[in-house]
Amino acid sequence: MTMKKIVIAATLALSLAAAAFAEEPSKAPATDTAAAVSAPAAPAAAGAPAVTAATPAPPTATAAAPVNSAHKRALKADKTVTISMFAFIIAITMGVVVWAAKKTKTAADFYAAGGGITGTQNGWAIAGDYMSAASFLGISGLISLYGYDGFMYSVGWLVAYITVLLIVAEPCRNAGKYTLGDILSFRTSPKPVRAVAALSTVAVSTFYLTAQMVGAGKLMALLVGIPYKTSIIGVGILMVGYVVFGGMVATTWVQIIKAGMLMSGAFLLSVLVMAKAGFNPIGFFDSIVNSPDIQDHVSKMMLKDGIIMNGIDAGQRFLEPGLFLKAPLDQISLGMALVLGTAGMPHILMRFFTVPTAQAARKSVIIAMFLIGTFYILTTLLGFGSAIHLTPQGIISVDPGGNMATLMLAQTMGAEIAPIIGDLFLAFLCAVAFATILAVVSGLVLAASAAIAHDIYVNVIKDGHADQSEQVMAARITSVVVGACGIVIGLTAENQNVAVLVALAFAVAASGNLPVVVLSLFWRKFNTAGVVSGLVVGTVAAIGLTLVSPNLTYPKAVAAGAQKIVVAMEKKQAALTAGAVLDEKDQKALDKGRKDYEANKDGSSMVGLDKPLFALKNPGIVSIPLGFLAAILGCLAFPSRRSEEMFDEVYVRQNTGLGMAKAVDH
Amino acid sequence: MAEKQYDWKAIAKHPKFVELHHRKSAFLFGWWVFSLVYYFLLPIGAAYTPGIFKVKVIGVINFGYVFALSQFFVSWGIALFYAHVANKDFDRLTRELIDELHA
Repeated sequence: MTMKKIVIAATLALSLAAAAFAEEPSKAPATDTAAAVSAPAAPAAAGAPAVTAATPAPPTATAAAPVNSAHKRALKADKTVTISMFAFIIAITMGVVVWAAKKTKTAADFYAAGGGITGTQNGWAIAGDYMSAASFLGISGLISLYGYDGFMYSVGWLVAYITVLLIVAEPCRNAGKYTLGDILSFRTSPKPVRAVAALSTVAVSTFYLTAQMVGAGKLMALLVGIPYKTSIIGVGILMVGYVVFGGMVATTWVQIIKAGMLMSGAFLLSVLVMAKAGFNPIGFFDSIVNSPDIQDHVSKMMLKDGIIMNGIDAGQRFLEPGLFLKAPLDQISLGMALVLGTAGMPHILMRFFTVPTAQAARKSVIIAMFLIGTFYILTTLLGFGSAIHLTPQGIISVDPGGNMATLMLAQTMGAEIAPIIGDLFLAFLCAVAFATILAVVSGLVLAASAAIAHDIYVNVIKDGHADQSEQVMAARITSVVVGACGIVIGLTAENQNVAVLVALAFAVAASGNLPVVVLSLFWRKFNTAGVVSGLVVGTVAAIGLTLVSPNLTYPKAVAAGAQKIVVAMEKKQAALTAGAVLDEKDQKALDKGRKDYEANKDGSSMVGLDKPLFALKNPGIVSIPLGFLAAILGCLAFPSRRSEEMFDEVYVRQNTGLGMAKAVDH
Repeated sequence: MAEKQYDWKAIAKHPKFVELHHRKSAFLFGWWVFSLVYYFLLPIGAAYTPGIFKVKVIGVINFGYVFALSQFFVSWGIALFYAHVANKDFDRLTRELIDELHA
């Protein structure tokens, strides 16, 4: 016990040191400007949450944008206030960890908080687990730049919970114990099923974790000037600390705290925005349509498609679909991945094992739905509010992807009351973003560790013969290893485009996990062969299609683009009178075009392709049916009498809760 | 810990369980399909019938906005309705079944 306290103290000290260390370089004046200028890259691809799309763009990207200097804005968080808020959050959560560590003695405590979480608590934790920085910052940013499409994009994230509520939550509570493998292995051959289920859980968690870690690093660098690598290591140490010492109890409370902070921040800011509109929604929408800046912004976007639209028509266009989501099939494909994938997300499924009964599981989903839905409706107000009060041009000048809109809005709205309130509000929202990242990554690390330690180590390697202390030890060691891998991946993926990984995580969960979970719970004939073929085919199809999709970089396409610039600039040069030279900007563009062309003309994508084989960015529309088909065909090809005979037991258990949680001891 | 051994096959044929199964399956599957259809009308409608989405309903607020907003309320509505039916019917049937088994 003393040993444990020393280690916790050491972790706390380390993370504080990381924060303090981070303050050092941020004092250099250069960092401040860098933070304001090196904005995350270009509008996120359709369907990819924008925050995670953050890749540093060259400063020229911002400079090149035709921004009226009157609209130019900067976002700078007050370092001292922000860092103190971070330290405060770290201190509170560490307190929770110390308290939780005392309660974590058995494997059930570690993975499922001993089933002692109430429905209400679990509802807040689900909301905290689910609302990542991408939904917090990305969606309001999309709304602030593209209006209606950003709002439409947010809908699927809530509707997904209908599937969770009606199909998986209660049966999983009744038929499962700690992991996806527990549900699937009930009436099948446990070893192969657990091994495959663990692999798919680890794959989904790794994709999602990588996106979160890279997003975290970028966000911290942009917001408070903490260097990327320091942020990753700091976040990594904290998440490992929460999970290793506090297990599910600590993870749950970190998620609850984060959800509370997020909801109060969003609520407060929405009240300020609506107060400016006199709490009159119709007037609020009128001011969107009548804003000359929004009209101008929409006119420019329409012009790119060759349509001339001005004035009030352009303002009205902002409230109509089609400014951002221009590929309907891709949109539908993403929708499928969301509404079916959420119910197959291992870290979400795992949350249902923490409540004592099916009724509590039901209650927790409903509470989560109200929190998540309210949050997205508030997000709309924040997005449109940003567009009105900051102007789309001003938002783009800070970040072309719009990810900073909410934060800028907080500072502006607060500063109208008093400058210090602006700084405090901004610092508070930065802290919310920080807590958001911690909560989401902790849940993922726990889910991945449970799959490895509980499914692979305890049940496959040790045949289920491991005593409590060995199980808990295995879980802790695995968490450290998973966390360390997360940090290493985060450090190496700094310059990768990770936006695709969030969509991919949902696609794998929807194509691999969901079909086998549903069929296991509801189809009498389902068996081992079906689970294995469904999981493998669904997962491989989702990953494979993504690898040949337009998400990857295709150097030949980059080269062709660069070639166009070179040709245009050379033409311009040739047209000049003898002796005259191109102006500096054009010359730079020419040089860059030539360099890009040379660097890319012989390249091919990561899997060696010149152009995408699959036209959609989201594989769901193809890979989900494939997953279902493979599960059904695999099962019919190798029927199992035992699985069929055991269906009655599974079905009665999942409906009634009889013999609950002792399921895997038989 | 001596756990009660259940005859799962017999329970599965118990009239109370059969009733629970029928009512629950019809409810869950029906409302799930409804929610999916209602949701996919949004991206499909926005893409293929933008004209309807542009129709103004209140002031400058158009049908598209109201429809997207309605998704939230429809989802909440289904959730609350399910909670109501589950608490009233499904949980009661389950309790009665378990009481009979333990009697």
